[in-house]
Amino acid sequence: MNIPSHLKYTKTDEWFDPSSGKVGLTDYAQSQLSDIVFVEILVSEGEQVEAGKPIASVESVKAAAEAYAPVSGKVIAINSELVNSPELLNKDPYGSAWLIQIEGGDASALLDAAAYEKYCAEREH
Amino acid sequence: MTYIPNTPREQAEMLATIGVSSIEELFQDIPPRYRYPKLNLPPALSEMEAAAELKELAENNENVRDHLISFLGAGAYFHYIPAAVDHILRRGEFYTAYTPYQPEISQGTLQAIFEYQSLMCALTGMEVSNASHYDGATAVAEAVNMAYAVFRGKRTRIVISPSVHPQYRAVVRTYVQGMGLELVGDESEANALQSPFEIESLIDPNTALVIVQYPDFLGRLYDYTSLVQIAHAQGALVCIAANPTALALFKTPGEMGADIVVGEAQPLGIPLSFGGPYLGYFTTRKQYVHKMAGRLVGETVDQRGQRAYVLTLTAREQHIKRERATSNICTNQGLMALAAAVYLSLLGKQGLRQVAELCYHKAHYAAQRLSQIPGFSLAYREPFFHEFAIRLPRPFEEVQHHLLEHDILGGYHLGADYPSLKDHLLIAVTEMNTREEIDYFCEVLQEVSHD
Repeated sequence: MNIPSHLKYTKTDEWFDPSSGKVGLTDYAQSQLSDIVFVEILVSEGEQVEAGKPIASVESVKAAAEAYAPVSGKVIAINSELVNSPELLNKDPYGSAWLIQIEGGDASALLDAAAYEKYCAEREH
Repeated sequence: MTYIPNTPREQAEMLATIGVSSIEELFQDIPPRYRYPKLNLPPALSEMEAAAELKELAENNENVRDHLISFLGAGAYFHYIPAAVDHILRRGEFYTAYTPYQPEISQGTLQAIFEYQSLMCALTGMEVSNASHYDGATAVAEAVNMAYAVFRGKRTRIVISPSVHPQYRAVVRTYVQGMGLELVGDESEANALQSPFEIESLIDPNTALVIVQYPDFLGRLYDYTSLVQIAHAQGALVCIAANPTALALFKTPGEMGADIVVGEAQPLGIPLSFGGPYLGYFTTRKQYVHKMAGRLVGETVDQRGQRAYVLTLTAREQHIKRERATSNICTNQGLMALAAAVYLSLLGKQGLRQVAELCYHKAHYAAQRLSQIPGFSLAYREPFFHEFAIRLPRPFEEVQHHLLEHDILGGYHLGADYPSLKDHLLIAVTEMNTREEIDYFCEVLQEVSHD
């Protein structure tokens, strides 16, 4: 399980990069979903999002899931590339498969890598 | 053999658990006279007697196959069905109460649905078809659901032509209750013969979907290309509800640029029946496939590299996507979709075109003959396919009574849905109507004009 230490995490399996404001799905999330075949970003550039609200809808061959905003703030970019290549969410969850970029997000309430790793391990049982 | 799947001992255990001593005590709150009422049934009949009685009851029904000459259409059409259609439907492998979808055991069913989808795409000029809906009306309503999902509820206006089938419009109204959608375009019944293009002025940036019918409910044929362009300029989607037989002969809705093409596929090998089962077809463009409701069969290869069929993109359906799915209906009319696939395969491209040509020529012959009868006139001058409207010189009820006395089912009274079309008759002519029948129909109507 890949859990980079410079990122922050949610209990709904999103990552947030405090330095860039980018948001994505974790390695754990993509491995649970299996092959992802469809992603739809539910917010647009310039929109104000609230932590905990759905920002993307993801479908794999077996399951459907929502991604939620880890922090509140303004959406300054969405990854439109992803819609055409949803498999990037499986291949490169922390890199090219970022979902949206949020400006002014407060990451203080999020989990750090160690806490998220512990949380994932608990769910494995 | 009893159908109650528990033993007296299990019953005693259950009674003891809930704390009553007997079944009678359990039912004591029901007034005694309702508990075990005498049914006063006649003595049981033998199979032979029962068959005779049922036959007698059935003979009280009028039907178009043995008895009546029918010119009634209005959404359901009397066509010839090759005997092989029924024969294939009744094979045990297909004739089940529920469509089996497991690829390990159901390759035949899945392949049949895949063929059905492919045929519907070819007919409509569209890219994707689902495995079907209940009927034409529910297919139109699912188009509204899909448009709502495409715009994620952010566009709330649906523009619908008054010349879309009145029952389809009623079902759409039932479906959209509570969705916060505004349905406009068909409220005014002032002029039922207005062109469907009149609704263009209602299409705005808040419009999710524009719905028209092809040919429309009154039988009129229009090329909707310009309407589609106007809708697309506002970012709205367009749904065309089309008669599948007509598509063998005329420009497809796909060529007109429609985003969703739906309709009633009963004309494709399914007998007329009050209450169905009928068949709703639903096709769209590939870019909207994830927002489409219903089941979808895809072709793939199995682990040995052999061609195989499976349900695909199932995560968009309600059993997985829950409340965020486009629709809470994912069932299909498996057996009826099979009937349509068999019918279309038996007829082929040329055969279906021949059926459509026969319908077209016979309907135009009938329209020409009828309009020559004094007092009768065609309701409009627009082109039509196999159905048209005429103005009657006398009240509809009178005309219908006279026709039924001559074993003719004359057509659909448009006044029932459009007050301004009181005493207008919608007449459908198919390959089943012989020239003699059409001539006889005209003679009988001539008597009405003389009276």
